[in-house]
Amino acid sequence: MSEQVHPKRLYLINYLVLLALLALTVGMSYVDFGRGYNNTIAIGIGFIKAILIMLFFMHIWYEPSLMWVFAATGFFFLGIMLVLTMSDYLTRNHPPGMSPKGEPVFLTPDKPRNAIPYSFPK
Amino acid sequence: MSRPTYLQEQFEDMHQQTFTATLGMWAFLTTEVLFFGAIFVAYAVCRLRWQEEFRHGSADLQLWIGAINTAVLLTSSLFIALAVRSAKAGHRSMLVVNLIITLIFGLMFLGFKGYEYSVESDESLVPILNWSTIPPDEVGLPPSQQHPRPEQQKLFMSFYFFMTALHATHMIVGIGVISVLTTLSWRGRYTAEHHNPIEIGALYWHFVDIVWVFLFPALYLLRTG
Repeated sequence: MSEQVHPKRLYLINYLVLLALLALTVGMSYVDFGRGYNNTIAIGIGFIKAILIMLFFMHIWYEPSLMWVFAATGFFFLGIMLVLTMSDYLTRNHPPGMSPKGEPVFLTPDKPRNAIPYSFPK
Repeated sequence: MSRPTYLQEQFEDMHQQTFTATLGMWAFLTTEVLFFGAIFVAYAVCRLRWQEEFRHGSADLQLWIGAINTAVLLTSSLFIALAVRSAKAGHRSMLVVNLIITLIFGLMFLGFKGYEYSVESDESLVPILNWSTIPPDEVGLPPSQQHPRPEQQKLFMSFYFFMTALHATHMIVGIGVISVLTTLSWRGRYTAEHHNPIEIGALYWHFVDIVWVFLFPALYLLRTG
């Protein structure tokens, strides 16, 4: 939207930072940070990359605040969907052993995962 | 003062028209975020339920093709951002050149993706079409030397093909849009004042890039931890 012409340097630096983050995230996948952390870090780097693309390639940084609201709305509602969905799936076996309805494996680390008979709720 | 032909009658001036169009594009991208987001949430739920199986599935993907494809898409994003810059500055030839480079990188992405699909097909990793629990190079071996794939790796591969094919469809639409913009730019339709269609097309292209930026770690980088 903004009619400003930005220097080429802005795009080149943004691009190089994005490539560096890509190298970091690929390199990181060869190191084991332990239970679940690798994925969290990789998605976190993904978020940083997405924000950089939105701010500078898509020029959100230079736009009026109404455009920021529109750009953030989708992610906000996605967050609501994720939180409400996970508040179901991540708490299905609470307290443990009471209600074995397909709870995530990491909530029962002390048991082999086939120890709980799995069945779909009737 | 005469109105330029590209200024639609419901707008006061170019600034208002440009702002309205860009805001409308962002509203569309919001619906696209939720469109892809629903699949990502479904993926996250299954990934938490079948961690080992999904890890196994991720390790069978071609990490390096995925990584190269990410770099290819980021490069295409750089060039379309430069195209928007050229359009704003009124440099027609640079605009056309940048758009063509963007197209080349977009097609390169689809080429790598097609090659990757063919490799996965050779490894019998495609659900419904040729899924095999035993990897093809271990088929003749005695059972003690075979490493059968876990059952739910099929679910992972279904997610993989659905998400990447949906993304590739967006890429094809994007390539169509950029091709039209390239032709119109070549004919001199866009000027420094009337550059907004280029910017709108670029927003879509960047969005497709952002989707891949999330697909890549979600699908390819589960192999450890």
